[in-house]
Amino acid sequence: MDAWSGLAFGFGNALTITNLGWALLGCFLGTAIGVLPGIGPALTIALLLPITFQVSATGAFILFCGVFYGAMYGGSTTSILLNTPGESGSIITALEGAKMARNGRAGPALVTAAVGSFIAGTIGTLGLSFLGPIVVELALKLGPAEYFSLMVLCFVTVSAVLGGSALRGLASLGLGLLIGLVGIDLQTGQPRLTFGIPELLDGIDVVLVAVALFAVGETLYLAWRHMEGKQEVREVGRLMMTKEDWKRSTGPWFRGALLGFPFGVMPAGGTEMPTMLSYYAERKLSKHPEEFGTTGAIEGVAGPEAANNAAAAGVLVPMLTLGLPTSATAAIMLSAFQSYGIQPGPLLFTSQGELVWTLIASLYIANIMLVVLNLPLVGLWARILKIPTPQLYAGILVFATIGTYGISNSVVDLMLLYGIGIIAMFMRRFEFPQAPVVIGMILGPMAEQAMRQALTISQGDWTTFVTRPVSLSILLLALLGLVGPRLWALAARRS
Amino acid sequence: MTGTTGEPGTMPGPADAPVPDARMRAALRRSDLVVGGLVLLLGLLCLWQAAIIPTTPLYAQVGPKFTPYLVGGMVCVVGAGLTLSAWRGGWSHTLPEVAEAPPTNWRALGLLGAGLVANLALIDTLGFVFAATAQFVLVAAAFGSRHPLRDFGIGLAVTFGAYLAFDKLLGVNIGAGILEGIL
Repeated sequence: MDAWSGLAFGFGNALTITNLGWALLGCFLGTAIGVLPGIGPALTIALLLPITFQVSATGAFILFCGVFYGAMYGGSTTSILLNTPGESGSIITALEGAKMARNGRAGPALVTAAVGSFIAGTIGTLGLSFLGPIVVELALKLGPAEYFSLMVLCFVTVSAVLGGSALRGLASLGLGLLIGLVGIDLQTGQPRLTFGIPELLDGIDVVLVAVALFAVGETLYLAWRHMEGKQEVREVGRLMMTKEDWKRSTGPWFRGALLGFPFGVMPAGGTEMPTMLSYYAERKLSKHPEEFGTTGAIEGVAGPEAANNAAAAGVLVPMLTLGLPTSATAAIMLSAFQSYGIQPGPLLFTSQGELVWTLIASLYIANIMLVVLNLPLVGLWARILKIPTPQLYAGILVFATIGTYGISNSVVDLMLLYGIGIIAMFMRRFEFPQAPVVIGMILGPMAEQAMRQALTISQGDWTTFVTRPVSLSILLLALLGLVGPRLWALAARRS
Repeated sequence: MTGTTGEPGTMPGPADAPVPDARMRAALRRSDLVVGGLVLLLGLLCLWQAAIIPTTPLYAQVGPKFTPYLVGGMVCVVGAGLTLSAWRGGWSHTLPEVAEAPPTNWRALGLLGAGLVANLALIDTLGFVFAATAQFVLVAAAFGSRHPLRDFGIGLAVTFGAYLAFDKLLGVNIGAGILEGIL
């Protein structure tokens, strides 16, 4: 299916009552969890994974993508009204947005964030619709050796290139790979890294790890550093932008979208980098640089919010076309494909064309739903922010129990959950990133399989990874990503 | 979604954090050294587990041991690197969040820990609803709630609602416990 016929088919399917219902539910849930500090889309989708037992794959993925997009919208509300980012892509929004709110301009900040998210989300989804089939075309030419190299590149970018420190990123990745190894080796039937515990023979569940990292670890960390005190939620005020606001927002919206999308597409994942770049670009370009960091500049909200949403759409490109997750949320969605027995990768567009195009069409619909949900209903979301912290975290841990014990009815799993949660608490304190753990755990076994396939084809010849030109260039890119920043720093120090 | 939902009111980005004094820096360096050592230990653990995987004589190309050796080796190298970096002064003292952090809240951590333990101890016998409610009350208390009775009510409503939703809508039994047969 090419993009046009795919979209035509997809919209036909997505506009049924059931699928619209899933999209609406996803958008609603996504916005709510995006607004709530402490829970993000990765955790929510992990907790929703049990529905894969009951719901069709199409319905489940429409729901998941609604959550994924919705969290991006909701995150900005928290950043603006509470000055605490609801999720990582909204950190930059908090810089200017909270200052605007303090000056009684929360309304325009919320509007520019929502409209910018809509424009960028739509541009990003357009990018996905038309770029996706092209990437698939190319990807079908890749063999296992190239795939293995691509995964190595993905490992390097998500752990070593982004974030504060390559060493700490790689340590997180290593932990994820290690967790992924636990259980029976599928090719030889040998138990690996099970320490003789029979419960570990089936491996460690991805839901358990995600919940431990994002719910238990986070809650433990917050208790460790807990201080009594109330947060102040700013008033929303009038939801109107002046003519001047519109004029000042338009440029940043489009620039942010064009900046964010490529970052999402590249296996560099993450929304932090494009939002930051958009922020600096807008500060440079603005005719009102004096408002940045003082009274709050609307460009500093419009640009990063657009970049954030476009990047989120971009992340779906490698996820759907190559089966490569570049964020924790994408990794968990990938594991949902596996639980349906669907092999993610370039064949997805052909073997599951129906699912993929319905999903993409739903993304357009979700964007429209979200802008409607977020503007008139912003008062409702502001009220969600008033849920008191004690009951919020107590509730999060109830759902953590459901996500693990509820599925397996095993106390061993619960102990494992709390054990990994304690590790996650210390990871948080020592600033080890969490996303590489999830990505390593899900992508690791796939990488091992690709490596073995490649070596079977080459009859055990290891040079296959470096004699095939595409594979070699990808590996060189990975090497560059690993040592490049260091060489750069060294060169900068010398001059 | 990762590590960004800091304490109330913390400003993200390069904040002008107070500079830790020499004594604090030494303590932070020691804690970094422990972390580096633990990562190294994790790598060794992986290598040991890799070594005891029985090999099947049938398999020629890449056996089950190869990847565990590779990952274990990588983690060891990273752990050694972290230890070295800690030896040279560590990284904790450069983190603004550490410098601004309030002192350890033992009361909150203790109550939260008690909540987790209560859940573990009760869930097999009393079932999900009551174990999770006990946990709810303790966790809420950890974060400063002073109304245990009200929390008990809220907790019961939340857990019971969740139980019904999972049991009736999704057909997933999340641990009936003493409710077995009543519903």
